[in-house]
Amino acid sequence: MLAFDTVVAARDAIRAKKVSAVELARQSLDRIAKVDPKVRAFNSVYPEVALQMAREVDEGKRSGPLAGVPIALKDNLCTTFGTTTCSSRMLANFHAPYTATIVQKLEAAGAVFVGKTNLDEFAMGSSTENSATHTTRNPWDMERVPGGSSGGSAAALAAGMCCASVGSDTGGSIRQPAALCGVAGLKPTYGRVSRYGLVAFASSLDQIGPFTWNMADMATMMEVISGHDRRDATSVNEPVPQYSTEVGKPLAGLRIGIAKEFQLAAGIDSAVSKAVSEAIDVYRKLGASVVDVSLPHTDYGIAAYYVIAPCEASSNLARYDGVHFGHRTSEKVSDIVELFSRSRAEGFGDEVKRRIMIGTYALSSGYYDAYYVRALKVRTLIKRDFDQAFEKCDVIACPTSPTPAFKVGEKSGDPLSMYLCDVFTVTCNIAGIAGLSIPCGFAGVTKPLPIGLQLLGPAFSETRLLQVAGMYQRATDWHQRRPNVA
Amino acid sequence: MAERIIKSFKVLIGVEVHVQLATASKMFTSAANGATNFGAAPNTLVDPVILGLPGVLPVMNKKAVEWSMKVGLAMGCKINRHTKWDRKSYYYPDLPKNYQISQYDLPLCGEGTFIVPLPDGSTKSVRIRRAHLEEDAGKLLHEAPGGFTIDHSIVDLNRAGTPLLEIVTEPDLSSGEEVAAYGQELQRLVQHLGVSEGQMQMGHMRFEPNINVHITDGDGKVIKTAITEIKNLNSFEALRKASDYEIQRQMQQWIETGSLGKKSTYGWDSSREVTFHQRDKEEANDYRYFPDPDLPVVEVSDAWLAEIKASIGELPAARLKRYCEVCGLSAVDAAIIADDRATADFYDAIIAAGADAKRACNLLLSHGKRLANERGVSMGKLPITPVRFAEVAKLIDASKLAASAAGAVFDKLLEGDAPAEQVAGSLGLIQSSDTGAIDAAIDALIAQNPKSLQDYRAGKQAAFGSLMGMVMKSAKGLNPKLVQERMKAKLG
Repeated sequence: MLAFDTVVAARDAIRAKKVSAVELARQSLDRIAKVDPKVRAFNSVYPEVALQMAREVDEGKRSGPLAGVPIALKDNLCTTFGTTTCSSRMLANFHAPYTATIVQKLEAAGAVFVGKTNLDEFAMGSSTENSATHTTRNPWDMERVPGGSSGGSAAALAAGMCCASVGSDTGGSIRQPAALCGVAGLKPTYGRVSRYGLVAFASSLDQIGPFTWNMADMATMMEVISGHDRRDATSVNEPVPQYSTEVGKPLAGLRIGIAKEFQLAAGIDSAVSKAVSEAIDVYRKLGASVVDVSLPHTDYGIAAYYVIAPCEASSNLARYDGVHFGHRTSEKVSDIVELFSRSRAEGFGDEVKRRIMIGTYALSSGYYDAYYVRALKVRTLIKRDFDQAFEKCDVIACPTSPTPAFKVGEKSGDPLSMYLCDVFTVTCNIAGIAGLSIPCGFAGVTKPLPIGLQLLGPAFSETRLLQVAGMYQRATDWHQRRPNVA
Repeated sequence: MAERIIKSFKVLIGVEVHVQLATASKMFTSAANGATNFGAAPNTLVDPVILGLPGVLPVMNKKAVEWSMKVGLAMGCKINRHTKWDRKSYYYPDLPKNYQISQYDLPLCGEGTFIVPLPDGSTKSVRIRRAHLEEDAGKLLHEAPGGFTIDHSIVDLNRAGTPLLEIVTEPDLSSGEEVAAYGQELQRLVQHLGVSEGQMQMGHMRFEPNINVHITDGDGKVIKTAITEIKNLNSFEALRKASDYEIQRQMQQWIETGSLGKKSTYGWDSSREVTFHQRDKEEANDYRYFPDPDLPVVEVSDAWLAEIKASIGELPAARLKRYCEVCGLSAVDAAIIADDRATADFYDAIIAAGADAKRACNLLLSHGKRLANERGVSMGKLPITPVRFAEVAKLIDASKLAASAAGAVFDKLLEGDAPAEQVAGSLGLIQSSDTGAIDAAIDALIAQNPKSLQDYRAGKQAAFGSLMGMVMKSAKGLNPKLVQERMKAKLG
């Protein structure tokens, strides 16, 4: 076990010399060695990298707000150490020759990287079952999925193998696994964090964000990773607030919005409804007012998402053709087209192929207006819905996922039911706003499964989201529960 | 069967040109530009963005956009104030991302009109349909460097990502000569604007004429041949010859076979001087264009547009006009000086330094040209400054230097820079205008040669010449005009 399992606690303990960075890194690596054979959160673990980085902290060569904190990275962030596989056969041996901006920033802040975590192939999925190598298990119940696509990062933190982790969220890929694994996960505003070095799934929706246990940790992580990057033209040149000093301040006169369209969504587990309404009661007790808002185009969110994301993906993933890098077929081919098609047929899994085909179809001449252009119109309407709703409230509260963690194999044969896991999370990406999931209760008794509360805020409202979630965490202790991973 | 007769015909040629912009870096990344590093070792002008590695992102080169706006404005194009980047998808090994970042429905430059001077002195007005910016592709090589045979193809990505301005005309041109004239005027423009080196043999400008002919047959019926596009033209001569050949080929084909041909691509065989069929363009490619989500839209503000407009300055056509009308140069001389920007800028600098416009022109075209040719550089790149040219011009006009002695002064100036008068003085070429000295020389000579004086007075005009020559020889550096004047006065 980690003697200090949160970001601020670990950093402060190292600063106070209660523990050395190397000792903490060793504890993290030992924990991985012990529990990851069961959880399988990691694609790769780098003891030498971690110990070297930790030594540099202990020797005073590196310092900063994350000095000595063991952190796990989703395996779709480019690092010059090890591989960046995206859990795809296509990139099984890809050694990136450059470092993602976020990885550079974490490194500069003193972080210690322990390994790279599993995901649904190219971040397409909600369970990690689409990983080409293995399915990660939910640390609360090994028969269940951790959610996805950043399931490895969520599970690594939940199982105590690191103090924080990093994921990417295109339609819920940070928030949904955070909910299912009982940790906090933030999808920042589009443009808040540089995407340079994040292997693209859907460029207009992708955003990198942290997994932590509490809001002080989340604020610390966000302060490090946010900011404009001249290498990402979509990153926004907006000053980065001092999240870590702001996070502890409660919001007076807080207005929590409840969207009726979210309440009416089909398939919400009763334990989830109950936990979320109890969470809202907590806010009432803290003096917040609860207001009804409407997001009338919510119903079209999933449909629009499953057009826009595959369209962009079909183009972003065109580069994997076996010519310049990535998997190349070992079969004898007669021409370049056969080299392309065989390499791609062998390198991609079913879900990736499905989305490439959907996207290619939707962008084709004759269909473009009916699908892509229409989806963009829905996107405009969904943005407007949120703009109007946020005139009446500060944040919108809803479940992160309609259900707690489901069983491995339960939905993997039915892509549509899997897509519906994203019903509460996709509109946040479509509108480019910020969304946070925090633990708010459990379903079941013998093997309790975590439930996530999602808080949505306008663009660049991260400070407010952290404050609102901080109020809740000071009043409850769900974020202090840990799974029993023996 | 009735004979096919061409009663009359009309040639329609539209041209697509790809101009590589000579910015320091590439279109969407900081890697060095292939257009300004021709001949660099293969795959050295690359970075993760050019290689299309997983996770990289494009960032727009603002200079390339500004330079394209300059070209557009100079061609009379409307600048679209809201423009964007689109992905054009196709699989090819020289395109690492398997899509090209281009502009589909909102090109940076919209409709315009470009005036092209023709060799006969007239002009042709060519409508521009659009000009858009995109990134160039890499190159596939089918033999190894050095010409070695290989059993596979290899890729050089130096050219990939080079900023490429594609300019498309309406089918307003009607002969190879006009197409070549358009090309040359465009070359002059981009070189003048300093946005491209414009060297065709280096691929800086790639022309693709689209050609067809409207034939009026014996019955007065108008029939149209299918449009063909000619590729791989790397000189203006090839552009002219290939266009003319293709016009004839299409008409000949109709006369001989009645076929109007198919929409297709042709190549140019420069050794046999024929076009040859490459491929049919029957099926329309589906490029699945959509807006690039990695790049923000480009909004051209009033202030930005005004700044670009102001930076264009005088265009080649206006300059030519000024040389003829204000400077009083002959059309031929004006055209030579205005032909390339460096020379014209050099010439303007000589005038600005105070030289007479015509004198400056004469010096530049005689000595400047000779020296430049000897050294194999353009006139603008001579190591003699415009100020020195102006000094020489002023010395001649002040009769301090014989025009015929200017060459010696320039030769000396090439060896090292110094004020022209000092250089001429060190060569003993400064002419004296001291009338006292001239008078003394004349007097001395008359005293020594009474015979010549008598001959002159007896009406033998030839004697004046020989006396004059003797005076000039007797003392170096006398102003011949003054000598002549004083002699006439003395001899009466």
